[in-house]
Amino acid sequence: MTNPVFERIETDINANPVVLFMKGTPVFPQCGFSARVVQILSHIGVPFKGVNVLEDMEIREGIKAYANWPTIPQLYVKGEFVGGCDIIMEMFQAGELQSMLKEKGIPVSAEA
Amino acid sequence: MQTRASRIQAALDAAFPGSRIEIEDDSHRHAGHAGAQPGGETHYSVLMVSPAFAGMGRLARSRAVHAALAAEFEGGMHALALRLLAPEEAGPKG
Ligand SMILES: N[C@@H](CCC(=O)N[C@@H](CS)C(=O)NCC(=O)O)C(=O)O
Repeated sequence: MTNPVFERIETDINANPVVLFMKGTPVFPQCGFSARVVQILSHIGVPFKGVNVLEDMEIREGIKAYANWPTIPQLYVKGEFVGGCDIIMEMFQAGELQSMLKEKGIPVSAEA
Repeated sequence: MQTRASRIQAALDAAFPGSRIEIEDDSHRHAGHAGAQPGGETHYSVLMVSPAFAGMGRLARSRAVHAALAAEFEGGMHALALRLLAPEEAGPKG
């Protein structure tokens, strides 16, 4: 079963170590949940690719089915779904986001 | 008619017996924003302290809650913020 939208999603998450499916862009997020994840990634100095789901309804619905996760934002690291805003926030506060990224070979700048 | 908040409460009570469940309807704070509806009932925050979450990872906890609330997502619930704790993580008030 090849779903063309899933293929596009996989192309993105395999080509970029950290990908955030979000509303708006990293510079101009258009939703508070997406903005919070952008803020955390910026704070720990992790470069990422932002995919604006508001520009593409197919991706907006497709990413929900892909991760079996009903909401945006969605963060992927090395092709793997990590979580949405609540989970990223909790992991960041516990220091787990930073250690998970380092374990996966992604440099993290700030020790928070 | 039942509010969405009371349906959320009932669905979570049924799926996670013996849990502390706090539901906030944040819809008024998003009036006029994307995803808001004239009647509200679109944006919610849920805090749950449940023995069911012990030994479960973060994704699994959220997925279990999403599954219990699938009908609400299908029925126009737009946003759901979740804080899901096992009793030992919730501190003395847990
Ligand atoms: N609990 C979620 C909150 C995110 C959320 O509720 N997102 C909503 C509003 S931005 C959403 O994506 N709704 C479906 C949609 O807009 O297609 C998280 O931690 O990421």
